[in-house]
Amino acid sequence: MLEPVTDTDGAPFWAYAARGELRVQACAGCGTLRFPPRPCCPRCRSFDTEWRLVSGRGRLWSYVVPHPPLLADYAAVAPYNVVLVELEDAPGIRLVGNVVTRAGAPLDSVPPGRVRIGARVQAVFDGSGLPAWVLERS
Amino acid sequence: MPGPGSGQGLKDATAIVGIGQTAFAKHLDEDERTLACRAVLAALDDAGIDPGEVDALASYTMEETDEVELAKAVGLGDLTFFSKVGYGGGGSCATVAHLAAAVATGQATVGVAWRSRKRGSGPRPWTNTAVQLATPGQWTRPFGLLRPADEIAMLARRYMHEYGATRDHLFNVALACRNRANQNPAAVMYDRPLTREMYMTSRWISEPLCLFDNCLETDGALACVVVSAERARDCRGAPVYVHAAAQGLPAQHHGMVNYWTDDPLTGPAWTAARHLWKHADLTPEDVDVAQIYDAFTALIPLSLEGYGFCGRGEGGAFTEQGALEIGGRLPLNTGGGGLSEAYVHGFNLINEGVKQLRGTSTAQVPGAATCLVTAGEGVPTSALLLRN
Ligand SMILES: [Zn+2]
Repeated sequence: MLEPVTDTDGAPFWAYAARGELRVQACAGCGTLRFPPRPCCPRCRSFDTEWRLVSGRGRLWSYVVPHPPLLADYAAVAPYNVVLVELEDAPGIRLVGNVVTRAGAPLDSVPPGRVRIGARVQAVFDGSGLPAWVLERS
Repeated sequence: MPGPGSGQGLKDATAIVGIGQTAFAKHLDEDERTLACRAVLAALDDAGIDPGEVDALASYTMEETDEVELAKAVGLGDLTFFSKVGYGGGGSCATVAHLAAAVATGQATVGVAWRSRKRGSGPRPWTNTAVQLATPGQWTRPFGLLRPADEIAMLARRYMHEYGATRDHLFNVALACRNRANQNPAAVMYDRPLTREMYMTSRWISEPLCLFDNCLETDGALACVVVSAERARDCRGAPVYVHAAAQGLPAQHHGMVNYWTDDPLTGPAWTAARHLWKHADLTPEDVDVAQIYDAFTALIPLSLEGYGFCGRGEGGAFTEQGALEIGGRLPLNTGGGGLSEAYVHGFNLINEGVKQLRGTSTAQVPGAATCLVTAGEGVPTSALLLRN
C-alpha cells in the first residue's frame, strides 16, 4: 500500500494521525479552517497556524468503487470503497478515506452495497497513521 | 474592423490557417519526436506556409519534444515567442490562445501549437509510484484513489445523486462520440459501433464509471498554425478565426480532486466561460457545434452547465433526445472526441473544430459557422470560440 508522501504543510496532520488524533489546520489569526494545509490563510493572509482537534464524526459526501487495473496491492483487495467524508465540525472539508468494519480491517471489509451517500461515519485509528472510517450504528 | 491594440483585444484578430495530424492508433512505431515533426509539417503544408517563417511555438508542459528539438528538426526560423501550458488536457486550447495573444500583440507572426503523445504505447501515468506529488497525492493515493478515473468518478457519483443524472445520460455522451467516430475513417473506433447493451454490461473501471465512460489510450500527434487575420486572407485555405479565448483557474480550486470547496460540482469551465462570453459577440445559443473535452463522459454534463448551454443540474437531461447527435440541439465531438477518435490531450478537438468551420468534417454540421472548443474540465482549463 502507498504511504503518504508528505510535505512541510501536511506533515503535522500525519504526525497527529499517528497518535490517533484527527486535527485540521486552522488560521491562528482569524480561525478559518483550511484543507489541504498550506503556508498561509487565504482569508486574512496570516502565517500563524494551529491544528484544531475535530470530533471525527462526518457524513459520506460521495464514494467510488475502483476495479482493476490498479496498483497490485490495491488490485488484491478490489473492488473496495473509497469515500469522501464531510466533517461534521468543518463542512466543506472532505477527507478521502475508506469505510472499514473496524480499525485495521482491510479496504474490502465492508461490502460496497452498504456504502451510501449521507451515511454517518466515525474516524478510527489503528496506529498505522492512516485514519479510517466506520459506519455509525443507526 | 478595428485591429489589434484598438481595444478589441483578441477578438477575430487571429485565425487558424493550417491543421495537421498523424495516424491515430493504440500503437505507432515512430517515436513522439518524429510524430511531432510530421504533424507540424503537415499543418504548415496545409496552411501553405514555409517552416522557415515560423517564429512562435506553444505546447503543453507534459509535451516531451521540446522547442529546441522540434525547431531544429523541421527547420523553423528564429523563434521570438514560445510557451508551454500546464495541467495536462486543461492546456489544449490555451496553446492556441497563447499564440493568438502573441500574434495579436506583435510578439510573433506565425505560430504553431502541437501535441505528440504515445499514451497508447507508453505507461499509464498513475502507475508511477516514485513520483507522488505531495499535494494533493498524500490526501488521496494511500486510500486507493489512484487514477484520474477514480478522482472524477467521485464527483460523478455526487453529481448523479444530487441532480438525478443517470448512466443513460453518460451513455448518451459515449454513444454520440462513438457514432461520429463511426463516420471518421481516421478514428481509432471507426469500425466499432457501440450499443446500449454493450455499455450497460461493460466492466467497471471505477463505479459509477464503466469502461465506455473512459477515453481511449492513443498514440498520435496533431498541430495547427495561427497567424494574424490579415495574413490569413493570403493563406491556402479559408481562415477559421479565434473569436474569443480564455483560460480558467477558479479561486480556491484544487485540480482533479476539487473536493475542498463550497461547491465542488462547479469548476474551471465556469471561470473560463465567464471570460469567453464576456469577450464574444456570441452567446451559447449561437454555437452550431461543440468539441468538449471528454477524457470521461461525466465531464460533458458539467461542461454543458459551465459553458452555459443549460442550468445547474440540467447537464444530464440536456443529453436526451439525441441532443448531442448531428441534427440535435448541440452536435458534440464530431470527429469522435477523446472517447472514440483519439486521446491526444484534446488537440484533436481543436482540429475538428477547424474542419467543421471549413466544411470538411466527416460528420459535417450543415452550415456550421461557430464552434466552441474546450479543454479539460476538472483541471485548470481553457477554451476557444471559433468562427468562419
Ligand atoms: Zn486567517
